Amino acid sequence: MSRSGSVRHPLVELTLARLREFGRERGAIFWTFGFPVLLAVGLGIAFRSKPPPQVRVAVVGQGPEIVSTMERLHRAEGIKPLRLSAAEATGALRSGKVDIIVEVAPPRAAASDPKGAEPGPPRLVYRFDTLQPESRYARLLVDDALQRALGRQDVMKADHRPVSARGSRYIDFLIPGLIGLNVMSSSMWGIGYAVVLARRRRLLKRLAATPMRRSHYLLSFMFSRIVFLAAEVALLVAFGWLVFGVAVRGSLLAVTVISLLGSLSFMGLALLVAARPDSTEVASGWMNAAMLPMWLLSGSFFSYERFPESVQPFLKALPLTAFNDALRGVINDGASLWQTWPSLVVLAAWGVCCFGLALKLFRWQ
Amino acid sequence: MTATATSSISAAHDPDAAAARCVGLVKHYDDVKAVDGLDLEVRRGECFGLLGPNGAGKTTTVEILEGLIRPDAGRVELLGRQWGGQKDQWLRERVGIQLQQTDLADKLTVEETVRLFRSFYPSGRSVADTLELLGLRAKRGARVHKLSGGQKQRLALACALVSEPELLFLDEPTTGLDPQARHRIWDVVETFGAGGGSVVLTTHYMEEAARLCDRVAIVDRGRIIAQGAPEALVAELDAEQIVQLRVDGELDAEALRDLPGVTHVEKNGGDLFRLGVASVGEALPAILGVIEAKSVALQTMTTKQPSLEDVFIHLTGRKLRDE
Ligand SMILES: Nc1ncnc2c1ncn2[C@@H]1O[C@H](COP(=O)(O)OP(=O)(O)OP(=O)(O)O)[C@@H](O)[C@H]1O
Ligand SMILES: [Mg+2]
Repeated sequence: MSRSGSVRHPLVELTLARLREFGRERGAIFWTFGFPVLLAVGLGIAFRSKPPPQVRVAVVGQGPEIVSTMERLHRAEGIKPLRLSAAEATGALRSGKVDIIVEVAPPRAAASDPKGAEPGPPRLVYRFDTLQPESRYARLLVDDALQRALGRQDVMKADHRPVSARGSRYIDFLIPGLIGLNVMSSSMWGIGYAVVLARRRRLLKRLAATPMRRSHYLLSFMFSRIVFLAAEVALLVAFGWLVFGVAVRGSLLAVTVISLLGSLSFMGLALLVAARPDSTEVASGWMNAAMLPMWLLSGSFFSYERFPESVQPFLKALPLTAFNDALRGVINDGASLWQTWPSLVVLAAWGVCCFGLALKLFRWQ
Repeated sequence: MTATATSSISAAHDPDAAAARCVGLVKHYDDVKAVDGLDLEVRRGECFGLLGPNGAGKTTTVEILEGLIRPDAGRVELLGRQWGGQKDQWLRERVGIQLQQTDLADKLTVEETVRLFRSFYPSGRSVADTLELLGLRAKRGARVHKLSGGQKQRLALACALVSEPELLFLDEPTTGLDPQARHRIWDVVETFGAGGGSVVLTTHYMEEAARLCDRVAIVDRGRIIAQGAPEALVAELDAEQIVQLRVDGELDAEALRDLPGVTHVEKNGGDLFRLGVASVGEALPAILGVIEAKSVALQTMTTKQPSLEDVFIHLTGRKLRDE
């Protein structure tokens, strides 16, 4: 009964088979490694931190005051004045081309004193949508610029101290979210789809007819996933760091442990979804049904804190939310592993429950 | 307690225990009776064939024997042991299986696939020897999805033989293959049988059954309707010759049934008749006499030695007409 030299342990052979099957699928390689990087590049560029946009101001009215007003606005920082007719200005405001209209009327003094030695300051009317934050900001900026140009003094001294934006940019928020999405998708598809396909093609039945230990089969999926997981996470972390300067402020060990736990948890979910269906279409449907809510709600692309207070506990109970929170804690805030324990508990609970249920429900044929 | 355990173990090692035996197997799918009270016994070292039309219940029977389907009723014993419990592993190591339909992993190569299956067994043939045996050496680096149908069947057989099983189950091993590919598989099965292995085989090819099987059972609607050595079944037809004739015009099968020397008559289609004939010399003049009396025109007439195929048509054909 001794194994001859060339016969390897079944777990080794099964894991190798998994790795080969996956590695020889070119499409899978792209979706696991290429796509998340492209997504990071696209979103990182689209939402990169820019200096605050210039405030666009339409200036309308007649007389010499308008020239001096235009000059004063030109001199101010962050303001782009445009000389328009009243009708053009109304249209531009409506379509969002300008944030505010400054209507310049001649000073009252000029009307009452025909000799007009020195003209007084012009009278201004600001027209803007008071519900638009951009317009309100424009109103403050424009008014401040014009008042200062005519000599308004600050009554109180205040200094500016700009704070470095590192760690709080959108890309800093995004990279851990993308790692979360990627670990979820690749664990779910990598396991769920392969298992259902093997069942449909009766490969599972054929394997069940051998003395293969069934636990070895399921373990081989995990081992092969972990190999790819390491590559996926390392790629995104390295990419974020090298291209966008997203630093891991906590320990890399913590990132590894969280990724491993998260991946195991999603594998459990994948096995549960794949436990019974023998059609890949049905399985894809379930897989999407399980993942879509998490794509939207788990705060991968934008913070889930924007959702109403009442649903937050449910969102926090989702495995992807827990995974994102833990990863952001470590990468962005430099949290230690034990500080992320509530998220880790959520992940472990999902993993254990799903695995248990999946093993009970699993169909070999 | 101890006594029972000892006796069951000694039974397991009993070399006289049947390779496979089942009694009163029943399996229903909703309202379909796939297997309907089926008994059979496969002796050690024997090649046993299950013949039957589509949907007869062959695959269901074989998969129950293989321990893959649980029967609704009945008892199964393989190599002296039953399925269920700790002994499954022992049985799985000694039984080789080819399912009617399996798609092995597409992206693996032939050699990787056989190596994978080999790793599940504590002992067996080397991968290289298995590939050699199945004539797959030249294809060992080819991906599974690039193989032809015959090569895929041989690979499936390789996966079943790599463990050097005592008992081999083959469910339609040559369906859809060209004659040459079929002969290659037959050679492998014969080699396995010559080495003392027992085989349970299902097939639609009478030629295959006649060549490979020591005994066959004809299955119809979940039951065995005839069983025995192929020659014995043919002999049971009581027909020395099979006469096949095609006529132009109205002719009733009844008119031919009671002729001297005719053992049975079947009408296939409108104008084709198959007659089992005990004595050609007696029967032929009588048949021609009827044809002349009924004033129908004889188009073709052939006579041949009866084969297993005639047994099959005789048995299932008669059944079909009974409905
Ligand atoms: N999983 C199943 N669910 C429902 N009905 C089934 C199932 N498997 C088999 N049957 C039915 O049981 C009957 C016997 O099927 P089985 O596959 O055993 O036939 P078979 O003799 O192997 O036929 P073939 O020669 O076509 O392979 C058929 O009527 C089939 O439709
Ligand atoms: Mg069948």
